[in-house]
Amino acid sequence: MATIVAEAPGQATGHAEHEQSFLRKYIFSSDHKIIAIQFLFLTLFFLAVGGLLAMMMRYQIAWPDQPIPGGGILPESMVASGYILPEFYNALVTMHGSIMVFLAIMPMLVGVYANYLIPLQLGTHDMAFPRLNMYSFWLMVPAGIITLASFWVIGGAAGAGWTLYAPLSARPDLTGVELGQVMWLVALIFIGLSSILGSVNYITTTINMRAPGMTWFRMPLTIWALFITAILALLAMPVLSAAGIMLLFDQTLGTSFFLPEGGGQPLLWQHLFWFFGHPEVYILILPAMGFVSEILATGSRKPVFGYKAMVWAIVAIAFLGFIVWGHHMFMSGMNPTLGLSFTVSTLLIAVPSAIKTFNWMGTMWRGNLKLHTPMLFAISFVALFAIGGLSGVFMAATPVDIYIHDTYFIVAHLHYVLFGGSLFALFGAIYYWFPKMFGRMMSEKWGKVHFWTTFVLYNLVFFPMHGLGMVGMMRRIYDSTGYAHLEGIQDTNQLITVAAFGLYLTGFIFAFNFFWSIFKGKKASRNPWDATTLEWQTPSPPKHGNWDEVPVVYHGPHEYSHPDVLDKDWLAQNERPDVVSPAAGSH
Amino acid sequence: MAHAATAARPPERGLDVYTQKVGMWVFLCSEVMFFAGLIGSYVVLRFGASSSWAEPNEVLNVTVTAINTFILICSSVTMVKAFAAAEAGDQKGIKTYLLATTALGALFLGVQVYEYYELIFHQSWAGSHGFTPQAGLYGATFFTMTGFHGFHVLLGVICLGWATIRAYQGHWGADNTHGLEVLGLYWHFVDLVWIILFTIVYLI
Repeated sequence: MATIVAEAPGQATGHAEHEQSFLRKYIFSSDHKIIAIQFLFLTLFFLAVGGLLAMMMRYQIAWPDQPIPGGGILPESMVASGYILPEFYNALVTMHGSIMVFLAIMPMLVGVYANYLIPLQLGTHDMAFPRLNMYSFWLMVPAGIITLASFWVIGGAAGAGWTLYAPLSARPDLTGVELGQVMWLVALIFIGLSSILGSVNYITTTINMRAPGMTWFRMPLTIWALFITAILALLAMPVLSAAGIMLLFDQTLGTSFFLPEGGGQPLLWQHLFWFFGHPEVYILILPAMGFVSEILATGSRKPVFGYKAMVWAIVAIAFLGFIVWGHHMFMSGMNPTLGLSFTVSTLLIAVPSAIKTFNWMGTMWRGNLKLHTPMLFAISFVALFAIGGLSGVFMAATPVDIYIHDTYFIVAHLHYVLFGGSLFALFGAIYYWFPKMFGRMMSEKWGKVHFWTTFVLYNLVFFPMHGLGMVGMMRRIYDSTGYAHLEGIQDTNQLITVAAFGLYLTGFIFAFNFFWSIFKGKKASRNPWDATTLEWQTPSPPKHGNWDEVPVVYHGPHEYSHPDVLDKDWLAQNERPDVVSPAAGSH
Repeated sequence: MAHAATAARPPERGLDVYTQKVGMWVFLCSEVMFFAGLIGSYVVLRFGASSSWAEPNEVLNVTVTAINTFILICSSVTMVKAFAAAEAGDQKGIKTYLLATTALGALFLGVQVYEYYELIFHQSWAGSHGFTPQAGLYGATFFTMTGFHGFHVLLGVICLGWATIRAYQGHWGADNTHGLEVLGLYWHFVDLVWIILFTIVYLI
């Protein structure tokens, strides 16, 4: 410990190695790696829960006139004589979205990987505020418990959509849901606080605790993505908290912020929610883009094409993300000129996104491709995210959106970017960083089985939804069979449902591989992917404190196939100071 | 992994600001957004539909609150003096000024509680007795904004109390000023939010 030298102003001054109890080491741990793994278990659990809710929804959509198998185990308030009740369907719709966004995808992207990677890739011992980090995780636990409990209270779980539009969400007499809605808002406040405190840690650590030589433009793209994401979360989540508190007061204190009968404005809720909501969706995609950049470079044995452009594209996406929220409100009756301004700003975001897409392709072009499981997920991210982004271009145009708003076209779009995008990138990230986290490899064979079954079934589920939306199938409806304009879509719905059941089952392949490999996977070396970033230059898993001596950085983050390095096709960031990197890295 | 170059290589300077201060500034950015959400909603609701909104001095006690504002500003001044005393190693000054800051902050809260009491139990509004959070949008926004601000003041006063106790234990000094500086930043922020709130809610 005494050999720690050349520490940045913010570096931890080395703590004594003392034996900690099991409780302090693994449960109430302030070690960023343990916290990240705790987030991973929590979010994988909620991913499974959110998926289960979707399966029940899909059953109802496909066979609205038939009782659901196994429905008997649920109480009569949810499933009456085997039939999913409309109120319960609303809760399923709402909680599927809410749980997936707030308890699965966002905390998996940020809570897991920002926590795990930021100190390791920056070359420091832990986060700036390790104890605050621990609180960030433990705030999620009551949030999760309250959310699950809300299903079982009188009135059931929240049922006004994940977007919680007032007055529907504010008035229990309209939905039949009272306590459940309040509980979800309370959980959301815990989640918001967890996220904001986490962001303080991620931002401070990135600014102040970079290893010597780790200049801003030598940071891996994953860190850039996570850093910018943390700024988005820091600025957007408090607005949701403010709005959520006002909605909570409308529900419980008799105020009328969003209720017209008391002088309030429902539209105010929409503005507040979407001012948060749009940056939120960039929070949900930027880290994924970071992982993909990293995995593609490593799997192509080439530097990322246009590293600096990639950085500025992330910044541009984040900045533009704050001025497009109105595109979620084209149907609100806004002035068409205002709608036009939101159309323009929304279309502008396609530019940095396209830059990133072409740069990923440029990274792979003529690369020495290693098509292992993480690489397969990363490559398909590019394709699936492109599809999701392209459908977004249609929605950005107000006249088109007026037609397809609140249809399955939107559902297709959001699942292409959130599942085809974020979740595929997350799967890639899990396979990629698993060896570092647990010291063992996941099964490559079962990884490939998981990938191909997921890829095929996923597209069977979500691609047809574009068409369903175009013919007018509405979102969130309980039974689409009674509508004249929707005659003929039931076959498609049933196909989608069957494919969705299969898709959920592929999750078991993944889960089995994941948990089995933690105990029985092949032991991993320190750098199984021959990767250049700092986390791979320390043992798998790293010890508490990550390094005895903080590494010194000499190169950019993705120096693969360097022309001056002839004995291998990669150059770790902290080795060979005599080799000069040709890429743009400030010195 | 160790290189001979390690000892000679300077670390990345970041912002050349110590970590706790960076952290507090970052946290305060999130607080700005939180209050912006609340205050922004108030502005939209009030100036978008102004017919049923009474003038501030018809309902609220502007004079008492103006004095309270002055009290809070004074507490920011004493906080600055406390930090200056710490930098100078003036132990007596640290104790005096931290105690004063805590007391002034607690006084501000006390006056606010008194104000709330008067409004809820003795102020009439739109014909009904008592100006409460349920008293239309005016009451709702007033109590939400000032209530959350008051909550932040309370957290600040608790931290100040803890810092004062530590001062009496001789904890702060020229070599240990960071905690005070960071606490001071938070306290000044709370004061600034109040000045904005007071202007928008009581004066305009």
